[in-house]
Amino acid sequence: MSEIIKTENLQYAYPAEEGQLSVPVLKGVDLSIKRGEFVAVLGHNGSGKSTLAGCFNAIRLPTGGVCYVDMMDTRDESNTYEVRKTVSMVFQNPDNQLVATVVEEDVAFALENMGVPPAEIRKRVDEALRAVGMYEYRKQAPHRLSGGQKQRVAIAGVIAMMPRCVVLDEPTAMLDPQGRREVMAVVRELNRQYGITVILITHHMDEAVQAQRVVVMHQGNVLMDGTPREIFTQVDTLRAASLTVPQTIEVLHSLNRQDGEALPIDALSIGECADILEQYLA
Amino acid sequence: MLKDITIGQFFPGDSAVHRLDPRVKIVLTIVFIIALFLAGGPVSYAAVIAFLAVVIGISGISLRLVVRGLRPVLFIIAFTAVLNLFYTPSATGEYLWQWGFLHISWEGVKVAFFMVLRLMLLIIATSMLTYTTSPIQLTDGLERLLSPLKKLHAPVHELSMMMSIALRFIPTLIEETEKIISAQKARGADFDSGNLIQRAKAMIPILVPLFISAFRRADELATAMECRLYRGDVGRTRMKQLHIERVDICACVIFAVVIGAVIALGRYGL
Repeated sequence: MSEIIKTENLQYAYPAEEGQLSVPVLKGVDLSIKRGEFVAVLGHNGSGKSTLAGCFNAIRLPTGGVCYVDMMDTRDESNTYEVRKTVSMVFQNPDNQLVATVVEEDVAFALENMGVPPAEIRKRVDEALRAVGMYEYRKQAPHRLSGGQKQRVAIAGVIAMMPRCVVLDEPTAMLDPQGRREVMAVVRELNRQYGITVILITHHMDEAVQAQRVVVMHQGNVLMDGTPREIFTQVDTLRAASLTVPQTIEVLHSLNRQDGEALPIDALSIGECADILEQYLA
Repeated sequence: MLKDITIGQFFPGDSAVHRLDPRVKIVLTIVFIIALFLAGGPVSYAAVIAFLAVVIGISGISLRLVVRGLRPVLFIIAFTAVLNLFYTPSATGEYLWQWGFLHISWEGVKVAFFMVLRLMLLIIATSMLTYTTSPIQLTDGLERLLSPLKKLHAPVHELSMMMSIALRFIPTLIEETEKIISAQKARGADFDSGNLIQRAKAMIPILVPLFISAFRRADELATAMECRLYRGDVGRTRMKQLHIERVDICACVIFAVVIGAVIALGRYGL
């Protein structure tokens, strides 16, 4: 079976607080993600994208429907450990996911929990830190690092576990542009170099563009699912879901609408956009 | 003021002191503290101070940092000094200065001086332990030292985990507190005037957000730990194994000699 994650009519509602009705966040999501894919999940705040991510890792158990991770039903508690070994997760706030006071000890944390022999841990920790370019910082205290560096350490902790799939829940939301670039470079590496399935939850269009496949969530449902080119050219549908489009597409789309031009609008990079504009002006 | 809190801070290095086995360091620190209270006179204190100075020298920790560690407890030290100074009765009934029930005797001056010295050395010695030992090693060492208690179902691993997480979050929470203080100041909060009760009340708008955020952090951290397969003390291994090496044995021998000498000197009141 080539699917690593498969959901069938997946529903999730947060437990009701006193005197309130429980709010359904996921309303029947059908999604399947193949091994080795790089999928970006886009969505406005409250679209259910983070909740969906939680379901992939058995942090949240579906209140309706099923979520299979590598054929294992996440609802079965005896699977939880294996599910989390298969799909590991990187969270938004780098400060709240680093456990240890020294970088290398933090990267080793999951391996220690897994009961990996010490010599093997050492080897995998060093490799993982080199992969994210944080090897020189291995003896540092995490609170002395920048946000982007902390997030790379968190990703190193995941690489060391050698999972088959990594879910990143808005890993760049709290970072400056420099940190975002660093983290995205490492995320691409995860997918290309190590062949790990990457699911990137984000609301940055320019990050989603780098994925092979984009899933747009809206009000607890999958609104669109396709390649970045297919998704981002549907400017009006995206706007209806309160999402913006990459600036390159925005420019071409406005030209078409205001000046009645018929330019191709599928420019995902600045280079592509410049080429189209050059032809237009010439 | 928050920046002065150096308790539990670790300054990485590669000196012989850093490389010592944490178990050895913990035990030696405890022995050192006991010896401090057995030391009796100027000679034995001089020996203790010289020894501590050598240890600091080897560790490469700057003296400024060592002194800064004393600042948060300055009040307690001063308080002890004053109490000892005024309330130590004179053996001969002679007083240097007297006013009502307050009096200063020569013995009082001596006792106060040595008490201050003792407290300062105690704090410096324990902060040397945390300065040169990574918290993970420290809690690891404690866990190993206390591991016989696991047989009595004492939650040794859980306690050491809690300790290391607490230490990990000290700098993060200090940073957060400073941010909250600035934010409240920007909204016109006044922390520096008024009497003690008013000042204590002014702390509420700092503590409430701090606690809320700490709980949220704890919740997120717990989730992150679960994701990283943490199941308590079930089938765990360690990346860094603890070994007693030649450095440790050397340290123990040197320590035994110095402390033995100090205790011997102390017995003769030197």
